[in-house]
Amino acid sequence: MAKVLVVTSGKGGVGKTTSTAALGAALAQNGANVVVVDFDVGLRNLDLVMGAERRVVYDLINVVQGDAKLAQALIRDKRIDTLSLLPASQTRDKDALTPEGVARVIDQLREKFDWVICDSPAGIEKGAMLAMHHADTAVVVTNPEVSSVRDSDRIIGMLDSKTAKAEKGERIEKHLLLTRYDPGRAARGEMLNVEDVLEILSIPLLGIIPESEEVLRASNVGSPVTLASPTGAAARAYFDAARRLAGENIEVVVPMERKGFMSRLFGRRVA
Amino acid sequence: MALVLAPEPPLPNWLAALDAQVARAPTFFDGRPVLMDLGALPSSTPDVAAFLRTLEQRGIRIIGTEGAHPSWQGVEAWGRPFPASSKPGRPIEVPDETPKVPSPAPGSDVNSLVIDEPIRSGQSVVFEKGDVTVLGSIGSGAEVLAGGSIHVYGTIRGRAIAGLAGNSKARIFCRKMQAELVAIDGVYQTADDMPADLIGKAVQAWLEDDRMKMTALDSTDTGDANGQSFGRNIRQGRRR
Repeated sequence: MAKVLVVTSGKGGVGKTTSTAALGAALAQNGANVVVVDFDVGLRNLDLVMGAERRVVYDLINVVQGDAKLAQALIRDKRIDTLSLLPASQTRDKDALTPEGVARVIDQLREKFDWVICDSPAGIEKGAMLAMHHADTAVVVTNPEVSSVRDSDRIIGMLDSKTAKAEKGERIEKHLLLTRYDPGRAARGEMLNVEDVLEILSIPLLGIIPESEEVLRASNVGSPVTLASPTGAAARAYFDAARRLAGENIEVVVPMERKGFMSRLFGRRVA
Repeated sequence: MALVLAPEPPLPNWLAALDAQVARAPTFFDGRPVLMDLGALPSSTPDVAAFLRTLEQRGIRIIGTEGAHPSWQGVEAWGRPFPASSKPGRPIEVPDETPKVPSPAPGSDVNSLVIDEPIRSGQSVVFEKGDVTVLGSIGSGAEVLAGGSIHVYGTIRGRAIAGLAGNSKARIFCRKMQAELVAIDGVYQTADDMPADLIGKAVQAWLEDDRMKMTALDSTDTGDANGQSFGRNIRQGRRR
């Protein structure tokens, strides 16, 4: 049974696209059939983060409007053959998306894949509403700071009232993915800590992704971080999150600042 | 006698059905006054005024509307809206998205509303008939407006506005006070003006001689029930 997942946040720049790519790749690396769908029409990024920008021929809008078949627009990843991308159009805007067209494309994707992961645009307007509308599950990406948390709170309210599931009176499954978490700054009180965020948003925690240069580097070389540096802390956090999404019960560990420990370990290895 | 038309979503389908009706009886609406009952349309319906204009283009004479959502623009052009019909299941007027609010059983004289989930940023719960009890928190940027008192078992981070219809006896209670604004019967106080030592505490707020008082709920000081703010010169405003 295919699962449609929306990665959303309200606020921009918190890591929706990075997380879409990383979670999609992690699920695919574990053998699932995954498609990541870029809903950010007009400001497409997912193709870059996936390293597929030079292979885009047709896009979501072409399929929605019936100008191309779904199979023509899907781009299979060169590294993992169970991972595909449905890119957005860069030259159009969100008005080109129609609710009927999106519903049709999502239905077709449901037949082909185990996971349909929709990368939502920022904001609470049409694009974001359409991206979340057909979702069974939502991953709410939040940074540990007040503006991001408040925007996430707003998005959660919309997930509970504006999605197809909500309109049918069902509950959409919601998970919190805390990204760009800096243990040092959290310890010094310069960031909200995990408990604060969980208390405010009161949805289950899917994972905590530590702030990491690996993530930035991965995006720049066009590779999901779970592929680019699979042994790094960020990638491991995404792998765990993906397994939790798939239903495994793994305890969430809050990243701690343990420079001393790491350097000790490192020093010993070098010796 | 006026005819009442009650459009139902989706509007294009409803219009098609209407057109079919008119095709069968072309003179049916001739000269008849029509009252539009818009109560069945969700508050998110785009451009209701344009929809009403398309009806008029079909020769339907609209004399008034009923149950129009306050956020709809331009509907007033069809005369003063009649009060929303008192159908069961629509006891509160809720702009924007709201958590599913259990609707009181029809006919029962319900004067309290219990909300058992968090009220998220951007949501607004309006309940003019009486008290509102929130089991979760009121998020930053969310608001609860109640005719009576407001009881919050979580944290108030947004706005709590009690005593809407001139009820100066209404109170606000919460387990943790971090409100952006609280108001009772038009007397309001913003976070900046609240006693700093009460922020984050379990608090109640009430009015005394048109001034807002606040005290910690778990205060063991029983000698003086006048509240923390007594005698302090708290800046507050009044709005209606």
